[in-house]
Amino acid sequence: MSKTHRPCGVYMAEGGIVAAALAPHPPHLVYAENPEQNEPTSEGGWEQLRWGYERLRNSLKDVEYDVIVILSPHWQTYVGTHFLGVEHFKSLSVDPIFPNLFRFHYDMNVDVELAKAIHDMAKEDGMSVKMMENPDFRVDYGTIVSCHMVRPQWDKPVVAISSNRSRHYYSVEVMQEMMMQLGESTRKAIEASGKRALVIASNSLSHRHFTTETAVPEDMSKEHITSHAMHLWDMRMIEMMRSGKAREVLDMMPEFVEQSIAEADGGALTWMLSALEVPETPAILHGYGTIIGTGNAIMEWKCGEGAGESGD
Amino acid sequence: MRSWNGNVVKGQVRAVTESGVIKSIVVPAHPHPYLVPEQNEGWGRLRAAFDSAREEIENSDADLLIIYSTLWPSIIGHQIQADPNPEWIFVDHDFHDVGSIPYSFDIDSKFAEAWDEANKKRGLQSRTVAYHGFPIDGGSVVALKLLNPDNRIPAVICSSNIYSNRSETTVLAKACLDALKEQGRKAVAVVVMSLSNRMFTEPIDASDDKIHSLKDDEWNNKILEFLGDGRLEDVAQLSRNIHSQIRVQKVVSFKPMWWLSGMNGQHNNFTGRVLAYEALHGAGGGVVILDPSGDGVGDKEYDEDDVEFYQGDRSVLDSVMAETIAEEEVQIESEESSEDIETSLLMALAKEQQSEHGPELWEPTEGDGQHSTEKAPKPVGPYPHARKVGDLLYLSGVGPRQADSNDIPGGPIKDEEGETLDYDIEAQTKACIENVKTILETSGSSLDNVLDVTSFLIDMDRDFKGYNKVYGEYFAEIGATRTTLAVRALPTPIAVELKVIAKA
Ligand SMILES: [Fe+2]
Repeated sequence: MSKTHRPCGVYMAEGGIVAAALAPHPPHLVYAENPEQNEPTSEGGWEQLRWGYERLRNSLKDVEYDVIVILSPHWQTYVGTHFLGVEHFKSLSVDPIFPNLFRFHYDMNVDVELAKAIHDMAKEDGMSVKMMENPDFRVDYGTIVSCHMVRPQWDKPVVAISSNRSRHYYSVEVMQEMMMQLGESTRKAIEASGKRALVIASNSLSHRHFTTETAVPEDMSKEHITSHAMHLWDMRMIEMMRSGKAREVLDMMPEFVEQSIAEADGGALTWMLSALEVPETPAILHGYGTIIGTGNAIMEWKCGEGAGESGD
Repeated sequence: MRSWNGNVVKGQVRAVTESGVIKSIVVPAHPHPYLVPEQNEGWGRLRAAFDSAREEIENSDADLLIIYSTLWPSIIGHQIQADPNPEWIFVDHDFHDVGSIPYSFDIDSKFAEAWDEANKKRGLQSRTVAYHGFPIDGGSVVALKLLNPDNRIPAVICSSNIYSNRSETTVLAKACLDALKEQGRKAVAVVVMSLSNRMFTEPIDASDDKIHSLKDDEWNNKILEFLGDGRLEDVAQLSRNIHSQIRVQKVVSFKPMWWLSGMNGQHNNFTGRVLAYEALHGAGGGVVILDPSGDGVGDKEYDEDDVEFYQGDRSVLDSVMAETIAEEEVQIESEESSEDIETSLLMALAKEQQSEHGPELWEPTEGDGQHSTEKAPKPVGPYPHARKVGDLLYLSGVGPRQADSNDIPGGPIKDEEGETLDYDIEAQTKACIENVKTILETSGSSLDNVLDVTSFLIDMDRDFKGYNKVYGEYFAEIGATRTTLAVRALPTPIAVELKVIAKA
């Protein structure tokens, strides 16, 4: 890969975004990993994706970061964008859609200081924002799955940002405008904090599910993309990201969301690409696979020195 | 008058004697009436309405509360809560600052299992869920806390599948009725839903709450007027319009009225009462009670295909069943075709394709405005060839079969053993249009008067060209609008069928 690509983010010794990832959250991945925190057990499954996550984790080994900043489509808010504002959560997360697969005992620290800083910055930038300060709140499973797959040690504090459903109220275009702003506010606040952040967009790509489940959910003989069109869309988006065409990804977003029912409608991908200042850095594809028919890619953007050199 | 499920005869309704739904209640989903009714007078009125509904339940002889919540989405068919004693603390994703709701409910797990079984018998994908810590949705939590605070009556909660259509949702209700009957239960059916669901996207002062827009308010009032008149099935039939008019376009569309009407036998004979209608952060929240009554506004004014068994796209994972219809197989030529067409059509077709040798033939139905002719092929179900409404003439779908012999010009698409045969699409299309022409002319109209044509082909790739050529010979000058769909199958071994609307 050419070294002339503009690296994403602004690397600062004292702080900033040091890496970013597209890290989808189907609970099937945690289920298939059999971590001790999850109640159900499996015989495996979805290895292409789980090993993709393993490659991502290896790739992030040398990246030092203080905090994970994540936006999950499964904390859906209609009245502005919300931020977790309680220092510590310890509870049980049961997926309301796949409770047979995901009943996860989580123990998570929140970087409330940074969350508040991003909240304040976004507010200053004109966005509708709110801190979530109710200790009884249950953290959404999207946040938990992505965080677990990226960092199973659970030793980094998290900033969790809700998914504002502006796409449902207005359009993908309005969603993008808002998420571009939120991404910028996020980046500025991270840089001002002096902390090194790993930024995660927790979403799938094409998002048409099968509506049946096999007796053994991890039966991979039944796992495939729901339709050819969905596959084409996924490959198109991945190809653009792995060739550093984030701008094109954003331009294509309305069509992509419309035609592949993409989960990116929740804003996570746009927000992350904006936080990275719409990178020309090629993203590294660590894995692609389908989960109950939906398309999922694990991709990484390295920032700062060395960015652009490790593209595949 | 067609009898629905054996329940409804024109102008009267079954009296619920042994088992079934004795009362239906619509309630809003937001936590405000429970947690902070004092902050806004409207929220207080909603709370009072909840309380009245609770008293009515307490004074009835109901022994089961069935909740269908639009706030519990599912993907794998429908899920039914079966944990006998779910306990947790609910906090709203948006309104977490109005407080937490600890809950502990009594769930009738035996009924949940029976409903699940009944679902499966009717072809639905279904499962019960009973897991400690399962996050019961906020709408169900609020409904149970307010309508059944002491767990006086056991309850059951069902999810709302994000992909389910009217057929599936209706069958879900029918399966629930099967279970009620089997257990001899008397139930109150509760749907948790917003009317218009657009909320303000900025925080507001509680005292400033109002319906988001005048248009939403007008539609809400219209819905409530219908429900107040007991016209439940009419509202159900308007569900798609309601969704497109006043619902934020989420994946989960406006389907609770399909379920509720299904639970009540799909009619309009109720005594309806709107106890409250107020704004909830901009959304419309109503508390409505519907009691079955001997007289109402009468039977529904129009209907869609009824369906007893679900045969939709539930088998996409199973290679043996992969032959059944998947939504993706419908190719739509015209963008104006709506998913509504898909849904009702697919379900009907899926059902009919079960028969290898084609369905039995029927005499056309007779009645006001209905026209039929000996010169057109016999129907394959209880319908007329045409029906006149005002200045318009609606034709039932017509294929190429011949009136007298039942032969198919151009040959059938398969033989009696189901072996595929070569057929002539041009000859079939021509015969099809000739049948349309005959029906129109014997009804006093003509081909020139055709306004709109919907064509169904079983093989778009193979047949579109030939079909289009013949179509052009007849219709090029007429200028009717047209939509062409590819479908999995038609009820008889034919490759093309037309559905026509013409000036009378
Ligand atoms: Fe998701």
